Amino acid sequence: MVTIRYAKNNFELEQNQSVLDCLTRRGVPVPFSCRSGVCQTCLMRATGGTPPELSQQGLKDSLKLQNYFLACVCHPAEDLEVALPDDDDVQAVIHATVKSLQLLNADIMQVVLECHAPISYRAGQFINLFQNQTLGRSYSLASVPHEDDHLHLHVRRLLPQGRVSGWIHEQLRPGETVEIRGPGGDCFYTPGNAEQGLVLIGTGSGLAPLYGIIRDALSQGHTGPIHLFHGSRDLNGLYLTGELRDLVRHYANFNYVPCLSGEDAPHGFAAGRVHDVAFQQIPNLKNWRLFLCGHPEMVRVAKRQAFLAGASMKNIYADAFNVSQSS
Amino acid sequence: MSQQASLYEQLGGEAAVNAAVDIFYRKVLSDDRISAFFDGVDMDTQAAKQKAFLTMAFGGPHNYTGLDMRQGHAHLVERGLNDSHVDAVIEDLGATLRELGVKEELIAQVAAIAESTRNDVLGR
Ligand code: HEM
Repeated sequence: MVTIRYAKNNFELEQNQSVLDCLTRRGVPVPFSCRSGVCQTCLMRATGGTPPELSQQGLKDSLKLQNYFLACVCHPAEDLEVALPDDDDVQAVIHATVKSLQLLNADIMQVVLECHAPISYRAGQFINLFQNQTLGRSYSLASVPHEDDHLHLHVRRLLPQGRVSGWIHEQLRPGETVEIRGPGGDCFYTPGNAEQGLVLIGTGSGLAPLYGIIRDALSQGHTGPIHLFHGSRDLNGLYLTGELRDLVRHYANFNYVPCLSGEDAPHGFAAGRVHDVAFQQIPNLKNWRLFLCGHPEMVRVAKRQAFLAGASMKNIYADAFNVSQSS
Repeated sequence: MSQQASLYEQLGGEAAVNAAVDIFYRKVLSDDRISAFFDGVDMDTQAAKQKAFLTMAFGGPHNYTGLDMRQGHAHLVERGLNDSHVDAVIEDLGATLRELGVKEELIAQVAAIAESTRNDVLGR
C-alpha cells in the first residue's frame, strides 16, 4: 500500500487513485482544473520520495529537477511526501554566520554567509534572510555550490523604505549569526543541451543570480554562446565589471555587454535599455534559453518580447520575486 | 475499416499540442482584438492553460465540463468577452494549424469543437 504524506498526515492511496483525488477526498485543498495533466493548476512538490516521470510531463526542467509534479496524473508506486508550492513551512530554519560584508558599488552590498548546516542549492535560486522572526526578504544566490565555499548575496540598499536592506547595510556585522530559509525558485541552469545559446538580461542587483548561473553553466562545460546584458542608468550602477571582463578573457563563448540607459555610453558600453540592446543584438531567439532578473517591469516586458521573438516558454527563466524592488 | 483514428490521433496527439502551443499563444498575444484578455496573467500559467485549450479543441482527453467553461471564462465575460472574441480565437487557431501544415478538413473539425463550446464560454 502506497502512503501519501502531507503536512504530517498520512493518507493511503487507493488502487488507481491519483495523488490529487487522494488528497482532495480527505479535504486537503489542492487547487485543480483540467484533471488530465495539462493545465498545471495542481502543481505540487515531492519533499520525500521521487515522483513518477509521467507526472512531470510538460514541466520546465528546473521544476522537474526539484521534484515538482502534477498531482492529477500522479500514480506513485512508492510512498511520497508532498507539499503545495506555497507551503513555506517545508524548509527548516538554517543558521548562518556572516563571514564578510563588502560594497560592490555605492548601493550594493555583497553578503557572504557560512551555513551551520549543509544547504543544497543551485546558483540563481534564492534564500530568505531574516532580520527577526517575522521580517525577512528574499535574495538571490550569486555563489556556485562547487566553486564557492559560502553563500553570496547582493543586497541593494533601498531608500528610504528598505527595512531589511537598511539593516544589512547599516547594522549587520561580520561574525553575527542570522537565520535563513531556503533555497527556492526555479531560475537556474539545468545541464543538458550544452550547445544551446544562453541570453541573460539583468538590471541592478539582478546580476546576482545571473553571475551565479553563468559561472555554473561554464563550470558544467556549457559550450554554446553565453551573452550577458547587464543594465543600469549610469556607470555607478554597474558592478563586477572587472570579474566579468576576466571571464570574457577566459571563455571564448562568453560575452558581456554592460548597458547604460541614462547617459552617453563611453567606449565599451552599449547605450540604451538593457532588454532593447539585447533584442537588437539577438533578434531571433528561437532555440535560445533566457534568464531574466531584476526590475519586475523589465522582466515582464522582456519575457513577452523574448517569447514573441521566438523563444519557447519552457526556455524562459525569470526570478520569481521582485529582488530589486523588495525592501 | 472498423477502427478509425480519432481526430486527436490524426493531428498527432500530445506532440501536436506541444508543437502548436507556442505558435498559438504568440498569435493570441499579437492579436489586438483579444490580447488584452491575456494580459496581466503570469505567462507560464497562461501557456499551460493554452495547452489545455488546444488539447480540448484537438479532441484530446480532457475532463472539462460545460460548467467548467462557464466558470473559467465568467470573469472575462464580465470584462466584455463576446462573439467577436470567440471568432478571433477560432481564427488564430486555424492559422496556427495551417502554419503546421494540417489539412483543411481537420482544421474544420477542430473549429467545430471550439465552436460547440461558444455558448458555455460566453455564459449564455
Ligand atoms: C473558443 C472556445 C474556447 C475554449 C474551448 C476555451 C477553453 C479554455 C480552457 C480549457 C481553459 C483552461 C481552463 C483552466 O483549466 O483553468 C481556458 C482558459 C482561458 N481562456 Fe479560453 N476557451 C475558449 C475561448 C476563449 C476566448 C474567446 C478567450 C478570450 C479572448 C479566452 C480566454 C481565456 C483565458 C484568459 C483563460 C485563462 C483564464 C485564467 O486565467 O484562469 N478563451 N480556456
